[in-house]
Amino acid sequence: MAVLQMQRISICALKKDRKAILEKLQSMGVMEMNQIAEDEEGFEKMDTQGARQNFEKQAQVSEQALTVLDEYAPEKRSMLASLEGKKLVDRKRFGEVTDNKGEIISKANRLVSLNKEIAENKANILKLENQIESFRPWLALDVPMKCKGTDKVSMLLGTMPGETTMESVYVLVAKRCPEVEAIDVKIINSDKDAAYLTVFCLREEETKVEDALRSGGFARPSQVTGKVPSVKKANLEAKIKELNSEIVRIEEEIKGYAADREDLRIIGDYFRMRANKYEVLGTLPQSQRTFVISGYAAAKAVPAVQKAVGESFDCVIDVEELKEDEEPPVILENNGFSSSVEGVLGSYGLPHKGEFDPTTIMSFFYVFFFGMMLSDAAYGAIIAIACFVVLKKFPRMEAGLRKSMKMFMYCGVSTMVWGVLFGGYFGNVVDIVSGVFFGKTVTVPALWFIPLNDPMRLLVYSLAFGVVHLFVGLGIKGYMELKDGKVLDFFCDVVLWFAFLIGLLLLLIPSDIFASIAQAKIVFPPFLNMLAKVLAIGGAIGLLLMSGRESKNPALRIALGAYDIYNITGWLSDVLSYSRLLALGLATGVIASVVNQMGSMFGKGIVGVIGFIAVFVIGHVLNLAINLLGAYVHTNRLQFVEFFGKFYEGGGKPFEPFKSDTKYVDIKEETLS
Amino acid sequence: MSIWSNLGLVYALLGAAVAVFLAGAGSAIGVGIAGQAAAGVVTEDPSKFAKVLIMQLLPGTQGIYGLLVGFITLSKVGLLGGGAAALDPQTGLLILAACMPIGIVGLISGKYQGMTSAASIGIVAKKPDQFGKAMLFPAMVETYAILALLISILAVNAVQI
Repeated sequence: MAVLQMQRISICALKKDRKAILEKLQSMGVMEMNQIAEDEEGFEKMDTQGARQNFEKQAQVSEQALTVLDEYAPEKRSMLASLEGKKLVDRKRFGEVTDNKGEIISKANRLVSLNKEIAENKANILKLENQIESFRPWLALDVPMKCKGTDKVSMLLGTMPGETTMESVYVLVAKRCPEVEAIDVKIINSDKDAAYLTVFCLREEETKVEDALRSGGFARPSQVTGKVPSVKKANLEAKIKELNSEIVRIEEEIKGYAADREDLRIIGDYFRMRANKYEVLGTLPQSQRTFVISGYAAAKAVPAVQKAVGESFDCVIDVEELKEDEEPPVILENNGFSSSVEGVLGSYGLPHKGEFDPTTIMSFFYVFFFGMMLSDAAYGAIIAIACFVVLKKFPRMEAGLRKSMKMFMYCGVSTMVWGVLFGGYFGNVVDIVSGVFFGKTVTVPALWFIPLNDPMRLLVYSLAFGVVHLFVGLGIKGYMELKDGKVLDFFCDVVLWFAFLIGLLLLLIPSDIFASIAQAKIVFPPFLNMLAKVLAIGGAIGLLLMSGRESKNPALRIALGAYDIYNITGWLSDVLSYSRLLALGLATGVIASVVNQMGSMFGKGIVGVIGFIAVFVIGHVLNLAINLLGAYVHTNRLQFVEFFGKFYEGGGKPFEPFKSDTKYVDIKEETLS
Repeated sequence: MSIWSNLGLVYALLGAAVAVFLAGAGSAIGVGIAGQAAAGVVTEDPSKFAKVLIMQLLPGTQGIYGLLVGFITLSKVGLLGGGAAALDPQTGLLILAACMPIGIVGLISGKYQGMTSAASIGIVAKKPDQFGKAMLFPAMVETYAILALLISILAVNAVQI
């Protein structure tokens, strides 16, 4: 239960070894880079931008190739595939693949260009289809569209507005140029937008006729062809067919590369790793023959680095404690149970330098509250078993996900325990099933009590758990202040508050208000009542005088003290916030009962059983899902807002070691035997 | 059986209805608002579907709390078992009053929780790793629905029939 002690390691070695040393550190993955001596004279940084970008490009190509493969030759993946984690690849296989990197990358390039060809072909098909579309109205024409006519007769081809008929064209021409005698109009096709027509006239009268037609909205077609339109269409269709078969051929070729999927993944990871290495290399200060590497590592990982690097290379390794003003990255270390909630802590913020790691204490409260909010034995068993099976089945799951799964497994167990205590098994399914189908109501007795029958009692317990939780939080604050040697702060901020709050609590318990809530009158012996008054008044006066101790002005100091006492309302609302333990617990149980009741409405018999099973499955899946979400969100809230509000700041930087940052595969390290 | 001779039961049923329909409407509004934001995120990045779906669901709890109080009320007055208890109008009104908190707070908090969820979906869209913090903002709004639920449950339970 702690934040690991960090140290700074600096390695000064010969330039010729730099890549080998970097590779070693990368494969160990225990050091976060943080360079020093950057501005020293004689040291320069190397420009690795070009090399790095080159590697990133290669990784990009392999990634694109994989996308292409996924599109045309999808891999069969189960629903749970995302839980599998990265595949483990041994050094030998990795070496084989990287030796062939040129070949694999050319395959990747080929895949990318094939994909481009498909896209181009598809674009061409679209273009051809558009062309066919533009010739469609002219299909009935049996001469080429470019046909001008004969020596004496000319042919005008074009469109006119939709309502045009043969007569209206004759009328139009007759009106505009009555001198024209010979004219022949043929409507090839007409739809609601346009009429497609040919007009024959004497060549010498062509311009006159065309002008006349234009005044009626005549226009020549934008796309014309030297061929008869139906022939042209057949040609275009043949071309499309050709392109389509070309696409099929290319798709087949792409599918042929499906076996190279793994190679592509490995090579992508290889280039990612190299890009990563060059990025670090670019930050290293280098002199003519030497270079310096510096960074943070956990103190317990330092000997391994000293051994691995120091024994194989000529170098000087310098290990030093951190300076005052350094803010090192944070690694948490907790036992198997508590480490499962590290993700929750991480989402709030890791402890900053010198701050206490609350993970262990939080983990117990977390599991406890979670179970109380869900509180159904059957739901708990489902969650716990499901998480357990997934954990066993996918041992290579990604670490963060694995922790969350473990956390839910423990929460499931806790839910089961609370369910047994409160007598909830799918709500009241035992009562309903036995009553409806067997005619005799059997009730599984609650080990403790049934919350719905006695909600006030559970409310009191919920608030009491809340008080314990908050007091632990305040206690941790006190512990941290004592550790830092701030005894006065400890006394004023923690001891006085404890005195004040405990005094108030002791005053509250024998009072009538409490008796009406708890439905039991508690009478304290007189000395305890006296003690309560002393504690409450003493605490209040202490806070009034001491809270504003930083202020020199006595009036301001008292005002600040009074304001601090006003924080008691904050404590009240914090404690009341724990009533959600009761409310959410009731919600699960009551909705489960509603589901069971609805299921039982089909009555006895086969139909009744089938109806019941259907309603039961759907209803409980929904109820479990929504209440699981509720329990998770509100447990987090109780930790983050109420508990952490008392003592925790967070804001630490997570440890990001220089490591093999792969996407698809993990490389198995040779055992150091 | 005229409605006037059974006014107590009418009031009690009205209470259950108020709890279910006001709180349910609040959740429907809230989930609707959050859903619009969620759909926008998924068009850009379908891989965030699961995360934004959870966010969208957060304002859905008010409706469930309303259902809960409605159900407790129905079972309290014996409407579910078949034999409804004879209630005098006074008791009926008491039950109606007891159902008010979750109805009204559910309606209002559902809407505002939906708006907060929509904003939090914005966080998830830009910084998916801040999911834990983003989830907390809507949960803050829900606190008040939980408090209302608590009072409604306690009050319904406390009414003597």
